[in-house]
Amino acid sequence: MKYDIRKLVLISNENIAEGIYDMRLEYGDGGIPVACGQFAHVYVPGKSLRRPISVCDARDGVLRLVYQVKGEGTKIMSQMKPGETVDVLAPLGNGFNIEKGKRYALIGGGIGVPPMLYTAVQCESPLVITGFRSESLVILQEDFKKAGAELMLCTDDGTVGRKGFVTDLLREKINEVDEVCACGPTPMLKAIADVCREFSKPCQISLEERMACGIGACLVCAVKVRKNGEEIMQHVCKNGPVFNAEEVVFNG
Amino acid sequence: MADLSVKVAGVSFNNPLIAASGTFGFGREYGEFYPLSTLGGISCKGITLKRRDGNPPPRIAETPSGILNAVGLQNPGVDVFIKEDLPWLKEQGTVVIANIAGNTVEEYCQMAEKLSETDTDMIELNISCPNVKSGGVQFGTSCESVGNITKEVRAHCKKPLIVKLSPNVTDIASIAKAAEAEGADAVSMINTLTGMKIDINTRRPIIHNNTGGLSGAAVFPVAVRMVWQVSSAVKIPIIGMGGITTWEDAVEMLIAGATALQIGTVLFSDPYAPVKINEGINKFLDDNNISSVTELTGTVRPW
Repeated sequence: MKYDIRKLVLISNENIAEGIYDMRLEYGDGGIPVACGQFAHVYVPGKSLRRPISVCDARDGVLRLVYQVKGEGTKIMSQMKPGETVDVLAPLGNGFNIEKGKRYALIGGGIGVPPMLYTAVQCESPLVITGFRSESLVILQEDFKKAGAELMLCTDDGTVGRKGFVTDLLREKINEVDEVCACGPTPMLKAIADVCREFSKPCQISLEERMACGIGACLVCAVKVRKNGEEIMQHVCKNGPVFNAEEVVFNG
Repeated sequence: MADLSVKVAGVSFNNPLIAASGTFGFGREYGEFYPLSTLGGISCKGITLKRRDGNPPPRIAETPSGILNAVGLQNPGVDVFIKEDLPWLKEQGTVVIANIAGNTVEEYCQMAEKLSETDTDMIELNISCPNVKSGGVQFGTSCESVGNITKEVRAHCKKPLIVKLSPNVTDIASIAKAAEAEGADAVSMINTLTGMKIDINTRRPIIHNNTGGLSGAAVFPVAVRMVWQVSSAVKIPIIGMGGITTWEDAVEMLIAGATALQIGTVLFSDPYAPVKINEGINKFLDDNNISSVTELTGTVRPW
C-alpha cells in the first residue's frame, strides 16, 4: 500500500516567530521516506479536514513541520504538547526535482520558507533567498546557514535584511544559478516565474490551495495548468504541490 | 461474526458501506490504503456526457462539524470512465455504482444507455448536485421533474436505478414517492445541503462558487430525519447518507430506515473509517445477538 498513516510522538512544538511554530515529530529508525517539497497531512482532533503542512526537514529520524497559526486547526496544532501523538498521513505529493551538478536558487516567502530548508539540504551550495513581511516573522536563518547555503534575506518593511522583494535579489543573482525553486504567496510565485522566463531559467514552484483528501480523490484543490497546448485542471495534492512554473495558468 | 451483507435492488453488497460519490474519485487513490473490497460498494465521482473541468478554486471551506464543497462535477466524461476506469474498478471485488449528471434529460438518458451496455452494477441518478449552473439539482426539487426524469431514464436504463435525492426541498417524502412511482429501484439520500461561508475580513465567500454543499457530521441529524420520513413513505430500499462519521451513526441510520449506507466526508479526516465502521457495526450486532445487519433496517420505535 502506497499510503500510510502514522501516529508520531511529538518531541517539541515551539513558537519560533510571531504566530509561527516548529513542530518536531519522532519518526523512528530507518529514515523518513520523504522528498523535499512533499507535505504531511496532519489530523486535528475535532476538525473535519486534515491540515496540509510542507515538510521543513526530515533528517535524523525527526519530521519537522514549521507552520503558521492561520485558523482554528493550526491553533489546535500549536497547543499540542510533547509526548502527545500526532496522526500524520505522509509523505504526500510530488516535491522539487533536484539534479546533481546544477546550482539552484531556492526562494521562500513567508510561510513558504520552511520547505526550502529540506530542499537546501539536497542541493550543492544553493543560493537561498528568503523574504518576510517584517522582522518579527523571520525564521530558519541559522538552519539555512548550517545547511551550507549562501543566504539572502529581505523584508517588505526593511526592519531586517534588505528592504524589498525576493525578486529584486533574484534579479541580481539569477546569472549565478541554473534553476529556481520557490514557495510562497501566489503573487510572489508569479513574479518569480516572470523573472525566470525573462532570463530563460527553469522554475519550479510549490502551490497551495484549500485541500481535503490530500491524495487526488476529491478534486477540491484544483489548479489550472497548460499541457501540450491544452488547459486542464490538475490538483495540488496529487500532481503538485510542485509544478513547472511555465505550465501553471495563474488566476485561472 | 454477524452477517454484514445487504441487498439493494437485487444487487448483493458484502457489507452496507458504500463510498459516497464525489469523495472517492474512481477508487484508485483510496485503493492505496486498503483493498477496495473492504467496501460494499463504490459510488463513483459524478460523470457527465462530456468532460467537465469543474469550478474555479477555492472549492472547499471547513465549517462547524462539516465542510462546504463546490467542485462542480469535474470529470473526464462517460466514455473515458467506461474505457479507462470501469474495467479496473470491476476487478476490485466491490459493487460499482455509476453516478450520472446531465444538463438535460436527454443527456441523462444517453449516459444511462451507454452504461447499460457495460459491467456497471448500478446507476445512481444525480439530480441533486447543488454546485453546477444547469442540470443537477434543478431536476431534483419538484415531484413533477423528479417523476419525469426518473421515467425517461428508466426507459433507457437496463441497470438497477438509484435516484439520489436533494435535501433542499420542502417535502422529501413526496419526492421519493414520485421517483418510486416512475420506476426507481432505490433512493439514496441525502445529497449536500446548500450553504455558504464568508470571510469577514475580505467579505468574500470562501468558495469561488459563492455557495457550496454542506456535508459532514453537521448534517447527520437532518439526514436521519429525512431517511426516517422517506422510509415510511416508500417501499423501495433507501441508501442512507449524510454525515455518517462513527459506527454508532451507521447503526442509527440503519435503524432510521436505511438498507445500505454511503460515507464520504469522514474519509478526509480518517481514510480508514470504512474499516472501523464495519468493525463497530459487527461488534454491535454480536453484542446484541443480532445475526444479520438487515435486521436493523427501519426498526426505530418512534414515540
